[in-house]
Amino acid sequence: MADVILRVFRGDAQGGEEKDYKVPVDEGMVVLDALHYIQANYDGDLAVRWNCKAAKCGSCSAEVNGKPRLTCKTRIDSLPQGEPITVYPMKAFPVVKDLVTDVKWNYQTHKKIPPFTPPKDTDWRMYQEDIDRIQEFRKCIECFLCQNVCHILRNHHKNDAFFGPRFMIKIAELEMHPLDTLDRSAMLRKEAGVGYCNITKCCTEVCPEHIHITDNAIIPLKERVADKYFDPINWLLRKLRSNGNL
Amino acid sequence: MEKYETHVHDVIVIGAGGAGLRAAIEASAQGASVGLVCKSLLGKAHTVMAEGGIAAALANVDVKDNWQVHFRDTMKGGKMLNNWRMAQIHAQEAPDRVKELEMWGALFDRTNDGRIMQRAFGGHSWKRLCHVGDRTGLEMIRTLQEKGIHSGMDVYMECTITHLLKDGERIAGAFGYWRESGRFVVFKSKSVVLATGGIGKAYKITSNSWEYTGDGHALAYEAGAELIDMEFVQFHPTGMVWPPSVKGILVTEAVRGEGGILTNSKGERFMERYDPQKMELSTRDVVARSIYTEVKEGRGSPHGGAFLDISHKGPEYIKRKLPSMYHQFMEFADIDITKGPMEVGPTTHYMMGGVRVQAENGASTVPGLFAAGEVAGGMHGANRLGGNSLSDLLVFGRRAGLGAAQYANEINGDSLKINEDELEQAAREMLRPFENAHGENPYTVHSTLQDVMQNYFGVFRIDEGLKHGINELEKLKERASHLKIEGTRLYNPGWHLCRDLKSMLIISEAIAKSALQRQESRGAHSRVDYPNTDDYKWGKVNSVITKDGESMRIGVSPLPEMPEELKRIIAEDK
Ligand SMILES: Cc1cc2nc3c(=O)[nH]c(=O)nc-3n(C[C@H](O)[C@H](O)[C@H](O)COP(=O)(O)OP(=O)(O)OC[C@H]3O[C@@H](n4cnc5c(N)ncnc54)[C@H](O)[C@@H]3O)c2cc1C
Ligand code: SF4
Ligand code: SF4
Ligand code: FES
Repeated sequence: MADVILRVFRGDAQGGEEKDYKVPVDEGMVVLDALHYIQANYDGDLAVRWNCKAAKCGSCSAEVNGKPRLTCKTRIDSLPQGEPITVYPMKAFPVVKDLVTDVKWNYQTHKKIPPFTPPKDTDWRMYQEDIDRIQEFRKCIECFLCQNVCHILRNHHKNDAFFGPRFMIKIAELEMHPLDTLDRSAMLRKEAGVGYCNITKCCTEVCPEHIHITDNAIIPLKERVADKYFDPINWLLRKLRSNGNL
Repeated sequence: MEKYETHVHDVIVIGAGGAGLRAAIEASAQGASVGLVCKSLLGKAHTVMAEGGIAAALANVDVKDNWQVHFRDTMKGGKMLNNWRMAQIHAQEAPDRVKELEMWGALFDRTNDGRIMQRAFGGHSWKRLCHVGDRTGLEMIRTLQEKGIHSGMDVYMECTITHLLKDGERIAGAFGYWRESGRFVVFKSKSVVLATGGIGKAYKITSNSWEYTGDGHALAYEAGAELIDMEFVQFHPTGMVWPPSVKGILVTEAVRGEGGILTNSKGERFMERYDPQKMELSTRDVVARSIYTEVKEGRGSPHGGAFLDISHKGPEYIKRKLPSMYHQFMEFADIDITKGPMEVGPTTHYMMGGVRVQAENGASTVPGLFAAGEVAGGMHGANRLGGNSLSDLLVFGRRAGLGAAQYANEINGDSLKINEDELEQAAREMLRPFENAHGENPYTVHSTLQDVMQNYFGVFRIDEGLKHGINELEKLKERASHLKIEGTRLYNPGWHLCRDLKSMLIISEAIAKSALQRQESRGAHSRVDYPNTDDYKWGKVNSVITKDGESMRIGVSPLPEMPEELKRIIAEDK
């Protein structure tokens, strides 16, 4: 069995440093396995967040060799051989300890979005072709990797002005639900700050669920807001058309 | 002694999976002040992993389906050991609970006429499982999470409960720690709902997430509640077997539901020999034993499993109906399931046994303590049907939330007292691993425990093995009494594992003792030395575990008598 060096950030809110660990590699091994090996054999207190180890819960996000990834989905044999693998916590969120960051801001942001509001009288018939596009957004496992990589949050720290890509698709999903009756475009324009996004598509690139965040959610949302505020008649027609039975 | 942060609520719900969230939503709707506590982040509970679907007799696809058939399937699947009243309520109420999810924003796959789509699953007579591709649990948890955060409850996440507090016989609250800071916290409440899920992490090969350490089972046991049916651990027939890193990860039953075929190394469709009628869609206990037997008799696949093939359905269909399975095998095993078979074998999956509760309101035998979801026992008997857990979470989560709120409403909470000595003891117990200068590494003890459970309490059991396993567990208990860890209380997984081990050891002993007691084979419990099902003796009783001073007592209690009209439903054929 070959060995690999993991270079892991150890520290907390006060700061920290890298530490190297030698880990034997097994077939098909992922970075999270290596972190577990470190816990069991070297440092039992290495803080790592994870739940499913099956790429389904979105808990194990970190930056592997500088790239935001799910550690449970990143195979060691997919990384350059013969070099140390660096594992750092997500940069856009405050460090709690080691690889664990404080992601509460995301939960607070989520709570600001008015929930699904159906009409009183509906027979709940919906057709597959009308929900295909929202089912895509509902694949989100809330790993927050897109939030982590978006420069508006990561570099410009506009957390008070922009909800971030995760919540753009959340709003898109509600706005495009065939039976939702609310209109969130004022929120999108102001509080959620859709205008900040300049369509770099970095979020789409890191999404482990391969959701087309920018093309399928953010761009249509931007159009909605533009229509509503600069072409209200057209907006109304479009809204009536897309919510056929309202 | 450090100062504790204290929170006061009418109802505390421990666990934010499907059952906990549904309970918290219901208790809030009743006007109770609710605190929802979970040991990981909100939305990450194990329910998020559920794949295949949720069972409810909506009759959208097969018009002949109704609650009576669902009830009969559930009882037959559970080998008649189920609490009949739970199985009845479950079958009757599941359709409403599913429709309610849709009203809260869930988007199930649709039929051509715009209704909720349903698929076939093992042991279900009709196409009954409402689903969203193979990510039904994610849809469910997200929907409940959103409904929950707008229902006025307080959510305490990454907070682990280690002790239930009592005032005399009654529940008075719970004690725990924040994972982030390691600080202790006290919840004072009139009632508590346990919704902590299962126990899979006591076994080496499991489909379960790290949270499945049996905390709720152990908390209830320590508080004096009864546990029933603990010998019935479900081994799902199809977990991944290769590569080692992903061993145990689930391959959803939906693969078989959608037409997947099982073969051995000789290319034989071996289910013809074990259940010629239902074949691949036989119940899980039967399919798991069949695969295990094929492997043992030398007809296994290269990595010790069986072949499961769905490729005949074509790439388009597979990618649409089983997208996660497609990606899971592509990314973790370099196998394209649209082109060839997967290799699969049994994996520890679900705990049928749990806290004994009343069917109507989830009340345990301890006043003020309620339980719902996987931590509760009775609903599934000796074997759970696929899809019946997600529906169980909603039906009994709601009822437990209602029961806990009503109980809180009826008692005078001001008179409830928290015992300071009890708190201090709970805190001292938690701090011990920091004080030991020498001791065992919790990770090593955990790994040994997993081997013991895997080897002696797995798919097939035998007297000598069970007794030997029980001895091994005794040794592990001793080793676990002097654990040592490094670091501080700040987000320290080694420290967390010390407490998790305590829970796992309690439930392991309960499984062991119940398995030794039941001298027959029934559902998920297969005794090599007692291969027959004994309806005369063992078919009439549940195993019961209770705390007796410092030792664990095992006994039996008679099954409740089923009313005549339900007996008639069971006797009818479809
Ligand atoms: C891979 C997989 C696929 C499955 N697919 C299906 C399916 O298709 N259909 C189906 O019906 N069933 C399925 N099941 C079974 C089903 O998912 C589970 O039985 C069900 O989700 C359990 O839900 P729960 O609400 O009881 O617990 P969980 O969802 O596990 O929630 C437990 C909660 O308790 C919390 N908790 C635990 N201990 C503590 C503590 N000490 N302090 C504080 N909080 C605590 C956890 O943080 C968590 O929030 C599947 C299971 C697996 C493993
Ligand atoms: S496309 Fe928009 S939301 Fe996505 S990373 Fe770029 S700026 Fe951020
Ligand atoms: S959209 Fe994708 S990257 Fe963003 S949180 Fe969801 S799953 Fe993660
Ligand atoms: S641990 Fe769940 S996504 Fe990685």
